[in-house]
Amino acid sequence: MTALLIIIVVLFVAVAIWQLVKIFDLAQVGANNTQVADDKDNRINGYLMMGFLAFIYIITILCFVYLGDLPLTSNAASEHGTGLDSLMIISMVVIFIVQIITQFLLHYFAFKYKGEKGKKALFYADNNTLEFIWTIIPVIVLAGLIIYGLFTWNDIMNVDESEDPMIVELYAQQFNWKARYGGNDNVLGKANVRLIDLDKANILGVDEEDPNAQDDVIVTELHLPVGQPVLFKMRSQDVLHSAYMPHFRAQMNCVPGMVTQFAFTPTVTTTEMRQNQDMVDKVQNINEIRMDKSKVLTANGEEALDPYEFDYLLLCNKICGKSHYNMQMKIIVETQEEFDAWMKEQKTFANSLN
Amino acid sequence: MSATADSHVHDDHDVHHHKETFVTKYIFSQDHKMIAKQYLITGVIIMGIIGILMSLMIRMQIAWPEQPNVVFETLLGRWAPDGVMDADIYLALVTIHGTLMVFFVLTAGLSGTFSNLLIPLQIGARDMASGFLNMVSYWLFFVSCVIMIISFFVEAGPAAAGWTIYPPLSALPMAQPGSGMGMTLWLVSMAIFIASSLLGSLNYIVTVINLRTKGMSMTRLPLTIWAFFVTAVIGVISFPVLLSAALLLIMDRSFGTSFFLSDIFIQGEVLHYQGGSPVLFEHLFWFLGHPEVYIVLLPALGITSEIIATNSRKPIFGYRAMIMSILAIAFLSTIVWGHHMFISGMNPFLGSVFTFTTLLIAIPSAVKAFNYITTLWKGNLQLNPAMLFSIGLVSTFITGGLTGIILGDSALDINVHDTYFVVAHFHLVMGISALYGVFAGIYHWFPKMFGRMMNKNLGYLHFWVTAICAYGVFFPMHFIGMAGLPRRYYTNSNFPLFDDTTNTQLVITMFALVGGLVQLVFLYNFFRSVFYGKKAEQNPWKSNTLEWTAPVEHMHGNWPGEIPHVYRWPYDYSKPGHEEDFVPQNVPLYDGEEELQH
Repeated sequence: MTALLIIIVVLFVAVAIWQLVKIFDLAQVGANNTQVADDKDNRINGYLMMGFLAFIYIITILCFVYLGDLPLTSNAASEHGTGLDSLMIISMVVIFIVQIITQFLLHYFAFKYKGEKGKKALFYADNNTLEFIWTIIPVIVLAGLIIYGLFTWNDIMNVDESEDPMIVELYAQQFNWKARYGGNDNVLGKANVRLIDLDKANILGVDEEDPNAQDDVIVTELHLPVGQPVLFKMRSQDVLHSAYMPHFRAQMNCVPGMVTQFAFTPTVTTTEMRQNQDMVDKVQNINEIRMDKSKVLTANGEEALDPYEFDYLLLCNKICGKSHYNMQMKIIVETQEEFDAWMKEQKTFANSLN
Repeated sequence: MSATADSHVHDDHDVHHHKETFVTKYIFSQDHKMIAKQYLITGVIIMGIIGILMSLMIRMQIAWPEQPNVVFETLLGRWAPDGVMDADIYLALVTIHGTLMVFFVLTAGLSGTFSNLLIPLQIGARDMASGFLNMVSYWLFFVSCVIMIISFFVEAGPAAAGWTIYPPLSALPMAQPGSGMGMTLWLVSMAIFIASSLLGSLNYIVTVINLRTKGMSMTRLPLTIWAFFVTAVIGVISFPVLLSAALLLIMDRSFGTSFFLSDIFIQGEVLHYQGGSPVLFEHLFWFLGHPEVYIVLLPALGITSEIIATNSRKPIFGYRAMIMSILAIAFLSTIVWGHHMFISGMNPFLGSVFTFTTLLIAIPSAVKAFNYITTLWKGNLQLNPAMLFSIGLVSTFITGGLTGIILGDSALDINVHDTYFVVAHFHLVMGISALYGVFAGIYHWFPKMFGRMMNKNLGYLHFWVTAICAYGVFFPMHFIGMAGLPRRYYTNSNFPLFDDTTNTQLVITMFALVGGLVQLVFLYNFFRSVFYGKKAEQNPWKSNTLEWTAPVEHMHGNWPGEIPHVYRWPYDYSKPGHEEDFVPQNVPLYDGEEELQH
């Protein structure tokens, strides 16, 4: 209903603009107007340029004030995440400085040198020193960022097998996630979609003959022990999906026909994260928004929204079809003891078959 | 141009060398100026209106998810039962909006309009090298537009796999309804589109190389022509690769091959595909897809170079550096495609290489931005609407380009890949920038196209509201992207985690609606001026380039009498020793005048 009202208002505004424009237009009939900017236009638009510069600065400030706590640049829940966040912040600062300066120069010059009749511009066609300066400065800055970035990238992508990571398979299908643990031997059994047997509840196509597969554990909620390196092996059975775990600064596509991988070490348990002051504030803010929404909903006779409690999430981040927007899996990071206790309750692959 | 043709137009420019009927003049025209107008109306205006309407519907769905909406009910019909948008059709809107804007509006519309209009006029040629191929190119484009529009109306809906149409989603009709007939039509439309684009590009290249008038050396070409020329070269290099990708995908879809598909289990059955790889498709797609960004952007930058110099009444700063940076961008653009694929599962080492080449592209881009700013310095700025859009372009090019440093960095891309951060980045740097280029070009060359002036005050209104809305839409979007919100989500109501972005989404939609509406002012101004605008003078902006030496009334062959000869570069604005603050290219050097060693 609100949407409808807003659209009607917008339509009225459109009509109003249209009418204004017509009046505007009619008022000019007869005036000796060449439709080329004159001194008055230059002056007005010159000042508007400064106004626009102010607008850019103001919208930047407003975004930082009101939305500044949205970006995921602190509280990374994984080991590599902290390094990645510092790289992000450094890049952002560089960008921010360049943005402020260049936008100032652009709009200020547009204001300062606004045209006047009879004035002549400076004939200034070239200056090799200047060209050299603004070639070499980006070169230096970018060289720094590239080197820093590549070190971080290699650090993340080169999996250190000697750390004995826990092997977990993330299995994507339209539109849900499964996770498969290697079990006691920490080795995943062989699998192929051609082995899928729905009658026997072998939904991941795990090779029933493979001895390594017998103790595999398949779950729909991902549990991870804190401080334990995890090597994820991604598979998809139908279309491209992307396993996106924003709080761990981790993402990798799941590609049918091949196995992709990504590794990280979770460092903060779900419980700890829920107690983190920033997270408490965020959740409180979200719950206030949900309360407001609930009021509207209950007034319309619909159910109120549940209060929100923080959980890590695995999202699908590659367009994958109709329910792409609802393809998620809960991730729980817990202590080793809690993890072991949880794992003990899970059925092994051998026992889960019909 | 042969001597005989020259002498024909010599005699009397009212007598054309062949009789024109309505059909040959307005429909199957071989005249570059008419073809430019045809591209403008079909590519920019019609496809642009559809594309922008779609984006507004997308924004309305995001702001008021799953709520009945009279706009949806009216425009989407059975795809919005009771006015609630269907999830499949949301993806279709996202897909077709991207396809229309990137390919139809900003590739064919932009290059088709301005390359066609300006290449012959600015290099001093009577027409394109092949008027016939030029006509064929337009009509192929027209057919591809018609097929794309027909695809909106097929039973299962249009293509909905994203504008990048990654298989297997795009290859399997059981994966989503849009991958049936809708996708077939999409592929056919694009194949024809590519043929059209290649014919056009080859024509531009040949014309620029062969048909320059006497004295028009490559280093006396206006930067517009340099940009159009290099754009055409990139197009010829990269579009055929997309065609091959599309053909292989058609084979996979219809003839059972396995180029891109392997090991698929869907809807309870295993498919026969074996050994293909979707990653291969991503490589082929982005081998075009990334140069495509520059196919969109370079012509806009070329237009801007010309307009900024003319309206600053100053030579463009660093003419040679500008050419070098266009060439550098063109070269680098063909070796950076992998930055779209850092997390596609390709070898991480390859990711390192692409990070390196990608960040290199920032260098020529920075040179261009600084050169524009220096051109303004100590100028005598005539703030015409075209000039405002050009300055606006530099502004969004900087804002959008800078975030490329984040996305081009493989490590940082991990966490912002495919989020709203990406949406904000590419909309600013190529979407809005290139659109500003189109608008700037229309305002500037409208007198050349239609012999009339557009209303400047409506132009100012159009620019300022658009500029504010563009930032209002895309600046906050960076923040919700960095919050981890994925793009292409029909609704976020299943993720309470993102509930704190909903108010921002609402604000963004408001800006988008106002920004969309103000384009009506432009449309009104455009169509009114075509018929009732003030009659234009021959050289209203006091510009140096050759197109303004041609008469206002269009004629076959562009110039009555001889084609003007060129004696100087196009940027002799405010040159000391001349009374006027501009010296057209066809004015010979006076005795003792030095030609600038630019």
